[in-house]
Amino acid sequence: MTNSPAAAGPLLVVRDLVKHYLPHGLFARGHPIRAVDGVSLEVAPGETLAIVGESGSGKSTLGRTILRLEQATSGSVQFEGLDVLALDRRPLQALRRKMQIVFQDPSGALNPRMTVGASIAEGMHIHGLASSGDIPLRVAELMEEVGLDPEARDRYPREFSGGQKQRVGIARALAVGPSFLVLDEPVSALDVSVQAQVLNLLLDLQRRRGLAYLFIAHDLAVVRQVAHRVAVMYLGRIVETGPTDEVLATPRHPYTQALIAAAPDPDTTARPFKLTLPGEPGDPSRPPSGCRFHPRCPHPAKDDRCRREEPALRPIGHGLTACHHAAPNP
Amino acid sequence: MSPLLEVANLRVSFPLARGVVTPVDGVSFGIERGEALALVGESGSGKTLTGLSLLRLLPPSGRIEPGSVLRIGGTDLLALDGEALRQARGRRIGMVFQDPMTSLNPVLTVGSQIAETIRAHFPLSAREARARAEALLVEVGLGDTRGRYGNYPHQLSGGMRQRVMLAIALAAEPELLIADEPTSALDVTVQAQILELLDRLRTSRAMSMLLITHDLGVVAGRTDRVAVMYAGRIVEEASTAALFASPGHPYTRGLLASIPRLRGPRQPLRAIPGNVPVPGQWPTGCRFRPRCDRVMPRCDTEPPVVPTAEGHTMRCWLGETP
Repeated sequence: MTNSPAAAGPLLVVRDLVKHYLPHGLFARGHPIRAVDGVSLEVAPGETLAIVGESGSGKSTLGRTILRLEQATSGSVQFEGLDVLALDRRPLQALRRKMQIVFQDPSGALNPRMTVGASIAEGMHIHGLASSGDIPLRVAELMEEVGLDPEARDRYPREFSGGQKQRVGIARALAVGPSFLVLDEPVSALDVSVQAQVLNLLLDLQRRRGLAYLFIAHDLAVVRQVAHRVAVMYLGRIVETGPTDEVLATPRHPYTQALIAAAPDPDTTARPFKLTLPGEPGDPSRPPSGCRFHPRCPHPAKDDRCRREEPALRPIGHGLTACHHAAPNP
Repeated sequence: MSPLLEVANLRVSFPLARGVVTPVDGVSFGIERGEALALVGESGSGKTLTGLSLLRLLPPSGRIEPGSVLRIGGTDLLALDGEALRQARGRRIGMVFQDPMTSLNPVLTVGSQIAETIRAHFPLSAREARARAEALLVEVGLGDTRGRYGNYPHQLSGGMRQRVMLAIALAAEPELLIADEPTSALDVTVQAQILELLDRLRTSRAMSMLLITHDLGVVAGRTDRVAVMYAGRIVEEASTAALFASPGHPYTRGLLASIPRLRGPRQPLRAIPGNVPVPGQWPTGCRFRPRCDRVMPRCDTEPPVVPTAEGHTMRCWLGETP
């Protein structure tokens, strides 16, 4: 994606957001899970920021904490100037109209005993957005907007394919007129031939409605297709962020470089044995000392400082990178 | 020489309340010794059931229809039962699945599960089997000093568990390894490790491989040949290089055009319209017809499998030279 609308000034501002889960239960012991551990980001109106990471990176928790679906441990979230984390129930309810979420698994996100039309209309009822007489027309318009046949409104989710259910999920989110959507792996559960349809739909909706997206993903090729900017997370922290094209063309952080090298590529013709990243994403309840990536880091200059001192995000090239050894000219 | 594995006209059916469905409907392919074939398809294409048929591991209501041919090294897999079938599973064909957690016994150490498999196939003492299991753990990259032999499955990460599954599949030294979405549940960096390990093991053991996957990115530059499945049938088969360089079937072409790319010029994705049809709801004639951008009147009759180049076939009327 190019032509970032970031110049418009941020819609969403997140500062030092932390979400720790304390161990709980009868035999609770051990360390808190540091799912999100000091994340700052901004999203402009009409812009897509992709959050990329592997399991344990905290990317989904980040999205949920921003929406207050999880209680933040500390930090701040501002949306259109409002302090989201401080809002009481009523103003929070009003804010939920503006901030919606689309989940990875469209089956789990829809009530199987509700017709898709009723699912789409639910938010409008809750927020009192339309009179009962207007709702059928609004539902039909929304279904058309996401590429569904309005005739199908009285059918149940089980009669729909995965791609169609995801379209229902999107229509449901749009029904309340949001300006910002958290898209949590919205195409990961879909067949490849259908993935492209849903990605194209999301791009189209953004153009038409000026929506801002926080697009949570693990697939960098998908991110390249939809995101203006990207933030790469590892064990609760952003390790690199910048314009998508620059980050993917000249990644500065060794982890971003490894993610790109490891991505399955249908255009590969030869696959010479290459050194892949050793180990697996670590345990967010016990992140390594210093740079959290250091146990897996293949950087030749890795040294004692990496084990001792946690690197801060600093400007390198077109974006920010948290690595002691990242070079301006890779 | 005939291929190591020979599959001809494989049909798998299930009785359902609304009638019999045939999710695998006339699948034919061969795998040579040492060769790797990828079976690529989306959900409901029949790729997983094809793999399970080779091991005769279909769900209880599933049935391999008469007329299906499954042969490995000349042995008729469909004629085996009892001990002969058990020996063929393992000695001739090993298999790894997407989710290693469901295939491992949670209350036994991973080492003992490998050793048990070894002893099921070779007359070895417990001590000999343990030594061989430890060697296998080294071979799959779990030979560190931390004593993985005595670990329980829950103590291992997803990638490590998949390595254990590979060790178990290799324990009986199979001629053919079936890997069904072996890395789909893993993180990208771990996926790369496991795929490299598979490549290495296949070469070092001169093993044949059937890689079942939905991800063409995993296949490119990896297997020798690719067969693309759609709606219970193979619609195109070619060498991997030829399939990616000159895909012939409109479905294969559409699939390749719909995958977002990390490199090269960024283009709008060309999505295939419509949905992946579920078994039992396949159209007559060419099953891709309702989604195809090259549809012709004759597509309402079943297209033949035609060669389009040396070693390259597709099931499409476009391949017919007029």
